[in-house]
Amino acid sequence: MSAVQIETAQRSLDRGRLFALVRKETLQVVRDPAAILIAFVLPIVLLFLFAFAVSLDVRDVKLGVVLESDAVQAQSLAAAFSATRYFVVTPARDRREIEPQLISGDVHGMVVIPQDFDLRLASAERGPLVQIITDGTQPNTASFVGGYAEGVVTGWLAGQRGGTRALLRLEPRYWFNAELASRRALIPGAIAIVMAMIGTLLTALVVAREWERGTMEALMSTPVSILEIFLGKLLPYFGLGLIATLGCGLAAIVLFDVPLRGSWLALLLLTCTFLVPALGQGLLISALARNQFVAAQVALITAFLPALLLSGFLFEVDSMPFLIRALTQIVAARYFVASLQTVFLAGDVWGLFVPNMLAMLAIGAVFFTIAARKTHKSLDT
Amino acid sequence: MITRLAAQIVKELLSLLRDPKSRLTLIVPPLMQLFVFSFAATLEVTNVSVAVLNDDAGRWSREMIQRLEGAEFVGRLVYVETPAELGTLIDRREALAAVHFPADFSRDVGRGQPASAQVLLDGRRANSSQITFGYLNAIAAGLGAELVQATGFGLPEVAVRHWFNPNLIYRWFLVPSLSGMLAMLMALVVTALSIARERELGTFDQLLVSPAQPLEIIIGKTVPALLIGTVLGSVMISAGVLAFRIPFTGSVLWLLMSLMLFILSIVGIGLMVSSVCRTQQHAILGTFSLAIPIVLISGFTTPIENMPDWLQLIARASPLKYYLIIVRGTFLKALPAAEIFANAWPMALIAVVTLTSAIVIVKRKLQ
Repeated sequence: MSAVQIETAQRSLDRGRLFALVRKETLQVVRDPAAILIAFVLPIVLLFLFAFAVSLDVRDVKLGVVLESDAVQAQSLAAAFSATRYFVVTPARDRREIEPQLISGDVHGMVVIPQDFDLRLASAERGPLVQIITDGTQPNTASFVGGYAEGVVTGWLAGQRGGTRALLRLEPRYWFNAELASRRALIPGAIAIVMAMIGTLLTALVVAREWERGTMEALMSTPVSILEIFLGKLLPYFGLGLIATLGCGLAAIVLFDVPLRGSWLALLLLTCTFLVPALGQGLLISALARNQFVAAQVALITAFLPALLLSGFLFEVDSMPFLIRALTQIVAARYFVASLQTVFLAGDVWGLFVPNMLAMLAIGAVFFTIAARKTHKSLDT
Repeated sequence: MITRLAAQIVKELLSLLRDPKSRLTLIVPPLMQLFVFSFAATLEVTNVSVAVLNDDAGRWSREMIQRLEGAEFVGRLVYVETPAELGTLIDRREALAAVHFPADFSRDVGRGQPASAQVLLDGRRANSSQITFGYLNAIAAGLGAELVQATGFGLPEVAVRHWFNPNLIYRWFLVPSLSGMLAMLMALVVTALSIARERELGTFDQLLVSPAQPLEIIIGKTVPALLIGTVLGSVMISAGVLAFRIPFTGSVLWLLMSLMLFILSIVGIGLMVSSVCRTQQHAILGTFSLAIPIVLISGFTTPIENMPDWLQLIARASPLKYYLIIVRGTFLKALPAAEIFANAWPMALIAVVTLTSAIVIVKRKLQ
């Protein structure tokens, strides 16, 4: 061990040195317009995009209704399709008119009311009443079209036959989100994804730049310890991330009418906890990559896409295959998505927050430990 | 000029592929992601935890519960004693849905009166809980229909057929889309950094004082990225056919040409960003601020039709939107050439506009 290392090992955290470093990094951040842009403007812009671009509320689905029969009842059923607010109907007399539109994607399905509709209606033996054909290339829309078109037919039939009520009924009550506004449910998750990306990307780039330019080695040759370098780098970004998340939270409440049923304290605590693995991941990426190009790509691949696809934001984690479910355990965004959805829509459920926070801290600790190890090694060689 | 151009292209390719780390990040992660994400992303809901509170001692609630136990989408049934426990399970996300049978449930069924059970659902997961309720409803309707049939009413049949993807396998939808998105992200990062890196390192000035023309510089940067993006996209499309066994019904040639056009338009966007930015950091941030909107408004995550009209208008500027239509259609629908062309020309337009702007910007830097 060299003399410098012994000294840094003994005095790994000096308040004065740390303060000076934090001040230097903060100045660097404040003076860089890009950092301000990415920390304050980008999150809000992205939140807007998520709020409007990602919507699972199917509406105005284009549907072809092929009326092969002239019977009054057939026309009445066709009218029932035109009357629903979920479908925008393209009427036709021949299914060959609609088929090309189904291929080009101009309609998502077609309902064929057959020539002998009135006969089929009179006797159940003649086979299915109508045929519903959907465009299976978009499975989600296809199953919606199938389900709703079927519902229209059954509803119309019930009206024709004087209404038979179902004997067994389930009455749904959607907690936390009674109107089932998908935007409301998605925005808290969107905040988590935006912050996962920005937190990780920002730190990955900042530290990778130091390595690339060789200023990291310069810093290391000073009496400053690795812990101090890390803290000095991360604290300003921690503050930036915190302000950005709270800004997003405020935007969600004010602009998108998302309720905050939990407390600001819980939101603050959750955000602080989440920033640990997010920044840790960025640090680890930069320690391994040491070059901005690779760091940016790895951050994109390991932070943004997993947060989007593996966090339960869009796709239910429980429904994934076992191996992938295991993989989601190390995606910090997963815990943050669940916690944010809860703090906004449900309230302070500490029974859910505490395990999630512990998981995020554990992931963060692993990232920091590996990052510190990797940085040590490189000094020795 | 040809030799000069060839030399530049070789140089750019070398600078991308020489470093083993960046070589690795270009090829391995996108393929890994294709596999992980295509298994992860499904809008089907399975393996759900459902809580049951049964205040009814009769036969019909037991019958319902038995069917729930046998249902494919249910991963775990949790029996509780009080409504408070039900609430806690939902609060903590330990159950997505909870069924509460009231005390008079079986009595009502027995008397031929409509009986209802309450279902509590976790509205935080709006989509999954709606789908789960649909499944639960189908079970109740099935049991109800059997009851009704016993009294002489049959249910009318509606035949639903899903064309192109009869079993609605979500992977058939997702893998082609992922291949496009991942190839796009790679091509974008490669090009966005190219000019900015040279500028940061100071080598761009050397390039400017060399006899190379702005047009040549741009072509030199375009070709390698185009090559990498196209190869990556083709490999992933092949994986879709060979590994995922997705039916491929359209024309390989048209798809390949569309892929190249798509990557070209992406390279144009990347180069435009790169030529404006002074440092790599700015270029990366610029790329991110563009890439995420391009993905979000392209219909990759949720259909464009669900978006508000003004956003649908903006979505027309996203090249990914057109490529997704082509690649999904070519896989499953044997998309005719006319449709491919209708979606290809907007990408060509984007490519021309962005590449020209990049050349103009570089030219201005030259003076």
